[in-house]
Amino acid sequence: MEIRLIDIRKHFGPVKANDGITLTVPAGTIQGILGENGAGKSTLMKILSGYQHADAGRIELDGRPVHMRSPADAIRHGVGMLHQDPLDFPPMRVVDNLLIGAPGRLIPQRREAVSAVAGLAGSLGLSIDLKAEVGSLTVGERQQLELLRLLWLGARVLILDEPTTGISARQRQELFDTLRRLAAQGKTILFVSHKLEEVEELCTRVAVLRQGRLVGEALPPFRVERLVGMMFEREVTPGERFACTPGKTLLRLAGLGAEHGRIRLEGLDLEVKAGETIGLAGMEGSGQSLLLQTCAGLRPVTHGRIYLDGADLTGKTYRQFKKRGVAYVPATRLEEGLIPGLSLADHFLLTENKPGFFINRERGRRTAEERIARFNIKGTPTSPVESLSGGNQQRALLALVEPGSKLMLLEHPTRGLDVESVIYLWSKLKERCGRGEAIIFTSSDLDELLRYSDRILVFFAGRVSEPLDAATTTVDELGELIGGASRSGDPVDAVSAWPGGDGRAPDDAGCHASGAPENGDA
Amino acid sequence: MPERQPLPSRPAPSSRRRFGRRTWTDLGLQSGALVLAFLLTSVILLVAGAPPFQAYVEIAKGAAASFTDISNVLVAWVPLLLASAGVLVTFAAGLWNIGVEGQIVLGAVLTTWVLRLLQDTSLPPAFIVVLAIIAGIVGGALWAALAGILKTFGGVNEIFGGLGLNFVATALTLWLIFGPWKRPGIGSMSGTEPFPEQLGLPTVGGERLSLWSLGLGIVAVIAVYVLLERTHVGLRLKAVGLNQRAAFLLGVPTWQYALLAFLLCGGLAGLAGAVQVTGVYHRLIPSISSGYGFLGLMIGMLIAYKAIWVAPVALFFAALNIGSIQLPIVLKLDSTLSGVLQGALVLFVLLVEGARQRYSRRAPSTMVAGPVPGTSPPDDVGAV
Ligand SMILES: Nc1ncnc2c1ncn2[C@@H]1O[C@H](COP(=O)(O)OP(=O)(O)OP(=O)(O)O)[C@@H](O)[C@H]1O
Ligand SMILES: [Mg+2]
Repeated sequence: MEIRLIDIRKHFGPVKANDGITLTVPAGTIQGILGENGAGKSTLMKILSGYQHADAGRIELDGRPVHMRSPADAIRHGVGMLHQDPLDFPPMRVVDNLLIGAPGRLIPQRREAVSAVAGLAGSLGLSIDLKAEVGSLTVGERQQLELLRLLWLGARVLILDEPTTGISARQRQELFDTLRRLAAQGKTILFVSHKLEEVEELCTRVAVLRQGRLVGEALPPFRVERLVGMMFEREVTPGERFACTPGKTLLRLAGLGAEHGRIRLEGLDLEVKAGETIGLAGMEGSGQSLLLQTCAGLRPVTHGRIYLDGADLTGKTYRQFKKRGVAYVPATRLEEGLIPGLSLADHFLLTENKPGFFINRERGRRTAEERIARFNIKGTPTSPVESLSGGNQQRALLALVEPGSKLMLLEHPTRGLDVESVIYLWSKLKERCGRGEAIIFTSSDLDELLRYSDRILVFFAGRVSEPLDAATTTVDELGELIGGASRSGDPVDAVSAWPGGDGRAPDDAGCHASGAPENGDA
Repeated sequence: MPERQPLPSRPAPSSRRRFGRRTWTDLGLQSGALVLAFLLTSVILLVAGAPPFQAYVEIAKGAAASFTDISNVLVAWVPLLLASAGVLVTFAAGLWNIGVEGQIVLGAVLTTWVLRLLQDTSLPPAFIVVLAIIAGIVGGALWAALAGILKTFGGVNEIFGGLGLNFVATALTLWLIFGPWKRPGIGSMSGTEPFPEQLGLPTVGGERLSLWSLGLGIVAVIAVYVLLERTHVGLRLKAVGLNQRAAFLLGVPTWQYALLAFLLCGGLAGLAGAVQVTGVYHRLIPSISSGYGFLGLMIGMLIAYKAIWVAPVALFFAALNIGSIQLPIVLKLDSTLSGVLQGALVLFVLLVEGARQRYSRRAPSTMVAGPVPGTSPPDDVGAV
């Protein structure tokens, strides 16, 4: 289906999220949508899929003007948007999930639905167990399910807003294959991403947004520098690796054991020096989050001890860890990290040290303004956090980490950030390392792991590797290790997948629900 | 570890962004709701064969015709003020304190208990009254704490806990009135033996109105307003109410704050009970709370949890209640008519609020916050 967006405008107060965007996407295209954080990508996609309403502008599908008042309306016109939010998935079976939103008959036609969707899945080469509980699916599987549901409802335009965060490399490949197949059938795909190499690999056209306007389009072969130039109006270079001058031991794990759901950590020994950055690599849900949360005092230690600055913190509460300078930043922004309904200034007031009894609004505003400037957040002190763009929410989350912490435990710290912001953010983080703070972070981006870590631990199917020296490891090597190859000798047996269980996914990051480590994956 | 308790269930989902500035359109919509409520009530009156306009005139007369009427309205205003101020605190923390009714009762019971205990001693009466009122506050707070503890440590939803405790509170009063505290001779529904006059709050000009209780009510509302809008405690309560998990990770001791909200609300409810005993009835009667707790919850919903609106709305409700007392005599109508009107009002206001949210998601340049679960898309990369 051909899509024409004509002069789409959407203002939020003074912010022109979409400022007259005109874009034509021919049928059968996989259209990449690029742009820095806050450029207006999500807004445009939400308008196209009926979640938001444009202030002005028209939408034409196959030459016919359409008005979409709601997502249900949009799907009737054949436009479906795919988003991942496990919190929206109630504990129900896959098939029942499918029937939600199916055009109304009083008695759900379960059998029909099953055979139709199974047929669809088969034709796309996907395999999904329709009788399973939704909660037991991995993020990638949920995505496939949602995709099938939209297709079954008749979607001919599929919108994917940053769909590749949190799915495994194999699942990403599956997703891409499926999308290519759909495009070949004449379906139109809109693909929003900050990962240029994915756009390069998948897309057959690219549009770049900047400050609510369309600033350029490109056809393959894409030149990454040119795309980046359009996105930021300047060149972006990652710069040199940061050198680390490790100080005294800050964190020491002695034979640490912990478990949650089917994931178990055993006998992990690790010393983290002041100034050091440790990257945790591996498939989502292989124990990385469990390690971070255990180090934050959020999960009980089953064996061994945790020392911070020489003090034994084993068994202490999260708040005690926090008081001693351990900062934990969760991956899910609006679920665990930020408080929708409160403004940016409120958030900073909430995390103030020694706040006193009465709120000092003036001080709150000043702190907020200072952090907004320092972390380059697009927003004002009074902006409710839920009104920020995804990337700006991420910056706000990191801006909340108190100055003067000792150890930062970061889950996917740059998830959803644009290329330039990733570089900027890491320069800020590394500044803190220079002042003697240490970082342990998880990431699914191998380049990020290699570039910013000093040492890397690889989690795979029940084991944690010996720390790797990030400077001498290559992307390919790391990729293979994540996929299960061992480097020199056998990795230490420190994580083990919990056999049996109740078939539900381990709830690793509090909100993450991903399957057991996928053996032989990638 | 209690720090990992399940999320408290939230009051109306829209409470999440109720802390913004109220605009004129909102006010217009609320007045529209008021008109609709009166229309619905009029229809009901017509069906019942009564002239609606005359009924409203009678209510107005009943509420403001004489000094006695006005003072009676103010007498009803005080417990309403206290109860609604209290529920605002729990609403802020994301809690439905249905138990507020029972907390009023327990306040009254403990006040009565202290008065009975000390009435024959030689302590100065004023001192006894103050002690009794404090006991009432403590009683309400403890009863609320019970609901809070059931929730935090027992995993009992505060709505069910509160309902159960309400029943227990009512049963307790009845038992006391017909058992250990019964009047010499026979226990009766008219309550316990009245206390001597000096053991009550001083009243004005022969009416039941006490400036002391009026002052307490007003101070309580102002205190709650300041607490919620101007202090860090209030901000943390809101944080807990809006997103308990994130509040916890940001360093707010969440269950402690939830419990604090219960304690504060219970304390205010207990104060309401104490005022009913020391200022109005001078004894414990079976229905000492007179439904003020539930009415307070309704007011809380009606004013969208904004403390600034407590006073006028509570006054309006009090006037409705008192004004309709005359209806059975004049128009042969049941005095529960005010209940119909109040119920209709709350329903319409909530309805209009729902419509407003729908509308505002569409309207240009309005905040599309959309945190109502399931109605708005998560941000692109919001969660994995
Ligand atoms: N509901 C809202 N209320 C106020 N401002 C909003 C709202 N939604 C978006 N905005 C603003 O509109 C601009 C564009 O936001 P949008 O979410 O479309 O950006 P984006 O391109 O998706 O960015 P990101 O890469 O960070 O996800 C941002 O400045 C954002 O703050
Ligand atoms: Mg976005």
